[in-house]
Amino acid sequence: MSDTFFELKEKAEKEGLLNVITKREELNNKDFRKKVCKIANSMLETIQTGLISNELSLSGLCGFNTELLKNASVTPLVTPYIKKVMLFALATIEQNARMGKIAACPTAGSSGIVPAVLAAAKEEFNKTFDDFVNSLIVAGEAGRIISLKMQLAGAVGGCQAECGAASAMAAMGLGYMLNADIDTIYNAAALCIKNILGLTCDPVAGLVEVPCVKRNIFLSCHAVTSFYIAQSGIKSCIPLDETIDAMKETGLLMSPKLKESSEAGLALTKTGIGIKNNLYKLWHESAEKS
Amino acid sequence: MQNKKTVLDILGPVMVGPSSSHTAGALRLGLLAGRIFGSGLKNVEFHLYNSFAKTGKGHGTQNALIAGLLGLNTDDEKIKSSPLLAMERGLEYNFSYFDDYNRHPNSVDFIMSDKNGLKITVKGSSIGAGEVVIEEINGYSFNLRGDYPTLLLMYKDTPGMIYRVANLIQSRSINIASMICDRAQKGAGASMGICLDSSLSDEVYEQIEKIEDIYMIRLIGKLNE
Repeated sequence: MSDTFFELKEKAEKEGLLNVITKREELNNKDFRKKVCKIANSMLETIQTGLISNELSLSGLCGFNTELLKNASVTPLVTPYIKKVMLFALATIEQNARMGKIAACPTAGSSGIVPAVLAAAKEEFNKTFDDFVNSLIVAGEAGRIISLKMQLAGAVGGCQAECGAASAMAAMGLGYMLNADIDTIYNAAALCIKNILGLTCDPVAGLVEVPCVKRNIFLSCHAVTSFYIAQSGIKSCIPLDETIDAMKETGLLMSPKLKESSEAGLALTKTGIGIKNNLYKLWHESAEKS
Repeated sequence: MQNKKTVLDILGPVMVGPSSSHTAGALRLGLLAGRIFGSGLKNVEFHLYNSFAKTGKGHGTQNALIAGLLGLNTDDEKIKSSPLLAMERGLEYNFSYFDDYNRHPNSVDFIMSDKNGLKITVKGSSIGAGEVVIEEINGYSFNLRGDYPTLLLMYKDTPGMIYRVANLIQSRSINIASMICDRAQKGAGASMGICLDSSLSDEVYEQIEKIEDIYMIRLIGKLNE
């Protein structure tokens, strides 16, 4: 087993990154690739469904953003690829909020990030479905190694452990798809993790909507930025495994109030409390009627 | 929960959103409760606690609980319209909401009955990342997580019952992974939950069913990812 990124790299340099992962996974699961293909297909379907829906979420707090972003024109502010990354992330995570079908990656609340970065790259760089699946496997391996050190749940590590981990996974997957060497891929992920440390999970009214929906856009772009910087030759001073140690320690030190309990941060802003009170009142009235 | 060990623990599951604990977990609790009740379910009183009670509506928790009882999977897009399905199938239900900080933040009681007066109360919690645990059935302690095929028994407390059941199971070389027993008091009602490494044959199931003093038997299959 490669339980650290360091160990994975040692093996990958001999046998190739994808080979090491696939070989190990197939020991326990003959249909490993078939299963990843199914998840990959489901991700692409979710994006397509999300792109054409403007149905509101159950709370009404979101569901209308994808259409707004879709209609925004590509200006020198963004490349067509970045525009697509943002749009795919939003389409997926709004689908999640309106009880559509998604593939958790690693969680439901961070499910927009990896598919957006990789599916947009597939389209914009003319890659095949197989390339998409391969990069998804590499992203999944990144998540697996992170999860050996810290549980990927907002209640344990804050949003670091959800959207933060997803962003690093996406950075690695993107690097692999674009044929970067393993050092570049690792630097991309390390740079990515260094800049999500301390990210809190403070959702308004306890829902996977504010700030989660828009955060999926931001952390998708963060993955792309990380890879672009690493590709230029800029290195992370702190090696990838150590950045994960730092993320774990930071998660442990963060107050439970900032880890999915909605007892601080955005959830307790004046507006956040107002939204919560309105929704609770509405839901309890409708509960009494039904 | 143990650390994730495979890439497939990270990618997926494919599920209906928005929350693994409040939607997928709620559905899995419903699936287990429905299997514990068995056939003929007519009426359910749901008691939702704490975060399930407060934020359930925004997560589709109620719909997911109903969907689970109706046997839908976590990736079924009909979850959203499960109240309609319940109506079609003649399942009546009612929700009540409680604060009880002695319970897990995401807890639910299912008080289920059929038209002949069978009543089963199941208490469970959604403990994160879609994982669930049934903690109590009709007042008896359990620890049912849907990760093994599990034989549930309710019986009159009599000497040798555990031996007789275990003996029948092991006569077919089926390994018992773990076991949890509870009883009201000596000689009164008792319960057994037996997690198995593989499922029982119909033959063994029928033999156990025939044991005197067993008044309820269920074989609960493993839940999918």
